[in-house]
Amino acid sequence: MKPVRTAIIVTIFWTVIVGGMYPLLMFGVGAVFFPAQAQGSLLVRDGKVVGSELIGQDFSSDVYFHPRPSAIGYDPSSSGASNKGWTSADLKKAYTQNKADWLKANGNAEPPQDMVFASGSGLDPHVSPQGAELQVARVAAARHLSPGDSEKLLALVRSFEEAPQLGFLGEPRVNILTLNIALDRQFPKG
Amino acid sequence: MTTANWVQLVVSLGVVFAVAPFLAKFMTRVFEGERHILSFLAPVERGIYRITGVSAKQEMNWKQYLAALLVFNAFGFISLMALLMTQEWLPLNPAHIPNMSWHLALNTAVSFMTNTNWQSYNGEVSASYLSQMAGLAVHNFLSAATGMAAALALIRGIRNKASEGENSTGYRAPLGNFWVDITRTTLYVFIPLSIILTIFLLSQGVVQNFSSYVHGITLEGKDQILPMGPAASQIAIKQLGSNGGGFFGVNSAHPFENPTPFSNFLEWIAILLVPVAIPFVFGRMVKDKSQGRALFAAKTAVFAIGMVVVLVAELGLNTMTGGHGSMEGKEVRFGIPASAMWAEATTVVSNGSVNAMHDSFSPLGGMIPLINIMLGEIIYGGVGAGMYGMLVFVFITVFFAGLMVGRTPEYIGKKIESREVQLSVLAIIGQTVMILFLAAIAVVTKAGLAGLNNQGPHGLSEILYAYSSTIGNNGSAFAGLTVNMVFYNVTLAFAMLVGRFVVIVPVLAIAGSLGAKTPIPPSVGTFATNNTTFVVLLIITIIILAGLNFFPALTLGPILEHFLMLKGMVF
Repeated sequence: MKPVRTAIIVTIFWTVIVGGMYPLLMFGVGAVFFPAQAQGSLLVRDGKVVGSELIGQDFSSDVYFHPRPSAIGYDPSSSGASNKGWTSADLKKAYTQNKADWLKANGNAEPPQDMVFASGSGLDPHVSPQGAELQVARVAAARHLSPGDSEKLLALVRSFEEAPQLGFLGEPRVNILTLNIALDRQFPKG
Repeated sequence: MTTANWVQLVVSLGVVFAVAPFLAKFMTRVFEGERHILSFLAPVERGIYRITGVSAKQEMNWKQYLAALLVFNAFGFISLMALLMTQEWLPLNPAHIPNMSWHLALNTAVSFMTNTNWQSYNGEVSASYLSQMAGLAVHNFLSAATGMAAALALIRGIRNKASEGENSTGYRAPLGNFWVDITRTTLYVFIPLSIILTIFLLSQGVVQNFSSYVHGITLEGKDQILPMGPAASQIAIKQLGSNGGGFFGVNSAHPFENPTPFSNFLEWIAILLVPVAIPFVFGRMVKDKSQGRALFAAKTAVFAIGMVVVLVAELGLNTMTGGHGSMEGKEVRFGIPASAMWAEATTVVSNGSVNAMHDSFSPLGGMIPLINIMLGEIIYGGVGAGMYGMLVFVFITVFFAGLMVGRTPEYIGKKIESREVQLSVLAIIGQTVMILFLAAIAVVTKAGLAGLNNQGPHGLSEILYAYSSTIGNNGSAFAGLTVNMVFYNVTLAFAMLVGRFVVIVPVLAIAGSLGAKTPIPPSVGTFATNNTTFVVLLIITIIILAGLNFFPALTLGPILEHFLMLKGMVF
């Protein structure tokens, strides 16, 4: 049974090479050249991990900018989406609810799509620039900012707006977590 | 589409189509054992043969080749299933993930052995680091190499001259050596490409570590568990090897798998690159590049049509909002255009990774990925699998052409006779019948309907997609369908086996029978297979033979859903 013996040895051999040495080598490259990224782009405040720059968080308080809706409540231990289609009554209900919540919280401006529909990962760290800017008035009011400081807050949001990468890849976006960290720093909750 | 979106589309396509022919030149040299840029690794290759006891010079006939392939896959399956069912007791399991149930382990092991990478499992919840790196990632490499090997055997069958007579092992029609083919594919093609891609992915923030899941306290004071793991190295090969099984549950929508638009761009290219190069490899190996270009043209034409339709559909009228498109199931950093582009690429290639949820696509936008898979994963298709799958359709096409002009059909100097045609029909019809048969069982049984996440016609689409995806060895999903239960795990595992081996076995038999034929020189009556007429005929054959069978089912699923959506109905 030569093929059986060969199959076993070949499988074990490649398991050692591409299942052991290859990921270890890449771990080494990551540790040397991209240590922060390889470890999850963690954000540390006062010596404690407050999350990852790449993973969205749930913000419900008015003093923070809110992220998109999430099918899993931003629990990264098990990523997931609603997986509801365009003719789903459940999705229509969620959309109607999200829109009503948005209008109640942020005034009469129509919400952009990303603020009323949940993401694919359930962990989307970004919202559209419009989705962030339309929340400025609410956040400013909740933090009791003066009109001058409200202007500065809008400028802060704009400084966090990222253009498409390299000018043409993906979409303009704002990272809500890093924005909220900067927000706490610049306009501490009184 | 903004100007940036258009540039994104054109540049992405441009890179793939510009690089693929050069990659093909390199790959051909690798497979033919000629000098190439990585020839300095030749001592390593010889060392591998010494360690594994492979006699590299030994040519195999089709039965030996098939036996080696099947035994190799069988052992890979058994060892992977054993690993998944014992991971709890093995090292590198900081999250204390329990053993997989027998049916989830069965489904997952079949899934990775067959290059499907269907996910009944959820990476961060049900697979340990050891299972991921020493199990799933290894099969990402080996199943891609297996597909490539089967394609190489068929290509050699087409070009072999039986007049070369008996080879050293005493068999006619040698097809190469299976062990050599998988070694070269892995060593020279997939490992170097994976290393390069991993480094780029690391720079963008894809995680690569062996740390325990990180505990954080969010700004609002809630507990948060961040999953970690050696993801980058696995994601590189999952894209390059048309595998597609995610390190994390939501696959390439997960920010740790695909953190930036640039990582998305690179992964998109990686999905298409090798499968797009393979028709050119074919042309070079049969010593007639125009034959490879003709197959590339046919594949690219169908790909282009799908790309247009999926983009138009995803940006089309949505009666729920009264606006256009939907961000449900899509990430802000990619937006609608890059999500639609990905869906098209990941389904024409049997990759199956997703950066947005196909289940939440528009009815017609979700139908295009489904059709791409139903066509048999040949519009580029998986690594190798897309090539041999396409050649099966080529044999049928020249047979039709032969019937029309009343001559014995031939392809690149080999007569296509009843044995080849029968085997080709088996390879095509076997898949079609199984998709419809298994989907029919699911829609009339309690167990099948229990998994539904959407009601109305969209529910039928979920079931159709699951069986098409597994039989096409794609692995993407209308992921709302709950499949981690005995009924789906077992029937889908069966579907994946049918989709892989009811094609590979006939294909290698064809390789054997073609390899034994004496080439005939082309004459004035030879039907040319390298011109536009042939390309059009081939596309029509594919659409009629693979596409039309599914038209009634598609009418009741996505097409019906589209019209009901336009009327504003929900279920």
